[in-house]
Amino acid sequence: MQVVRQKHLIATRWFHWINFPLIFVMIWSGMLIYWAFPTYSLGPIHFFPQWIYELFNIPQRLAEGMALHFFFMWLFVINGVLYVGYSVVSGEWRYLVPRSLSAFRDAWFVVLHDLRLKKGLPRQEKYNAAQQIAYTAIVVMGAGSVLTGLAIYKPAQLSWLTALLGGYESARMLHFTLTVLYVAFFALHVLQVIAAGWNNFRSMISGWEIVHEEEQTPAS
Amino acid sequence: MKKNKPRHLELTLPDEEAPRFIGQKSRRSFLVAGLGAAGAIGAYEWITHAAEDREVPWPQRRVLDFNGRLSEKYLSNRHLMPTYPPDKVGGVKVNGNFGMERPLLPENWRLQVTVPNRAPTSLSLTDLKQLPKTEITTRLSCIEGWSGIAHWGGARFSDFTKKFFGPGHPVPAYVYMATPDGEYYVGLDMKSALHPQTLLAYEQNSKPLEERRGAPLRLAIPVKYGIKNIKRIGLIQYTDKRPADYWADEGYDWFAGL
Repeated sequence: MQVVRQKHLIATRWFHWINFPLIFVMIWSGMLIYWAFPTYSLGPIHFFPQWIYELFNIPQRLAEGMALHFFFMWLFVINGVLYVGYSVVSGEWRYLVPRSLSAFRDAWFVVLHDLRLKKGLPRQEKYNAAQQIAYTAIVVMGAGSVLTGLAIYKPAQLSWLTALLGGYESARMLHFTLTVLYVAFFALHVLQVIAAGWNNFRSMISGWEIVHEEEQTPAS
Repeated sequence: MKKNKPRHLELTLPDEEAPRFIGQKSRRSFLVAGLGAAGAIGAYEWITHAAEDREVPWPQRRVLDFNGRLSEKYLSNRHLMPTYPPDKVGGVKVNGNFGMERPLLPENWRLQVTVPNRAPTSLSLTDLKQLPKTEITTRLSCIEGWSGIAHWGGARFSDFTKKFFGPGHPVPAYVYMATPDGEYYVGLDMKSALHPQTLLAYEQNSKPLEERRGAPLRLAIPVKYGIKNIKRIGLIQYTDKRPADYWADEGYDWFAGL
């Protein structure tokens, strides 16, 4: 006998796969906007080197970038709000949000395990502790992008928000930093999905996974 | 809100049944995913390649205009942009001279003002200086992302407008301003124009405006991006119809408000 389990509910899958191209378009249009005033660098390394701009044909497209950004922002926000609302109402958030500080210790063990430095994983349910922290963080970051974005988009109407985020320049810097973190998350996420294999990836499309005996858990 | 973790379905199937079950679920889901991806690409193509309305595909232009109306609705005279001590001025670049290619002839300059159904008025700078002088240090934010601080001196546009629209005379919904040669022009919603920080400025940093900074009269409107802060104003036209705007015609948002 074999056990098959519904891992990701249909709503979660739709929210995830709708969000993926939306965030991609937001980052792309954000780059078109950023080009017009590219002020940030890490020491001597500029975001972004000239060849990146030229490779992706970014220069002189500020108006296009703004129109795209302020079009797709609505879809990004609506999808995000619906996802959070759904998670709360369905109770799915209980799998996602770490419940105690020990999650950080467990997450460290997961990292060591994934780096082949340690055998065995802490007990987990649907998500391991590292996933819980990462996936909760990405939702918080999404909210952060919306808030920092609003602070630089409407500093007149939302002056309190801009002030709360340390002013216009500071809010812009935070908005940019969050984007860099998304890209880092994305890179790690894709690597981990590849490492986890087909059964796991397929479950994000179809919802179902085959439960191998060694990982059958009584709950979920 | 559920108190417990929702339980996900779990089935125990005979060994040969499980792959068939998963396979069937997968085929259906991947088909839906493929259709969804195709639909998303189609939607993106439409959003980015639909017929253009002033350089912007019309679905995006509609949303930009919607965003603008929403921003205007929530703008009020209590929403003030930050002000700074006058010694913080600096960083305002001269970023364009559209409409100012020809040298200014100060003695020939007049400000034309038109109001619907009234004869046009022509004003001199001396006439304008009869209005109460307001000084304010605000940030000029370029749509490109950089900004600078300037100390402006001039007449509030709201004080100026009161001279033309007394009590009981409704003010039109928009105002159009253009350089004397008509080469550069901006359209403004009346709420932003009448905002208490909006000045018809004739001084920058306590000195008469320099020519390249927009002498003899320019708009200082900190609730709008720099592109709306028109220099060398020659015409002010109150209008009920949303006026044209130089950069909106070039594909930017018409509202262009901060």
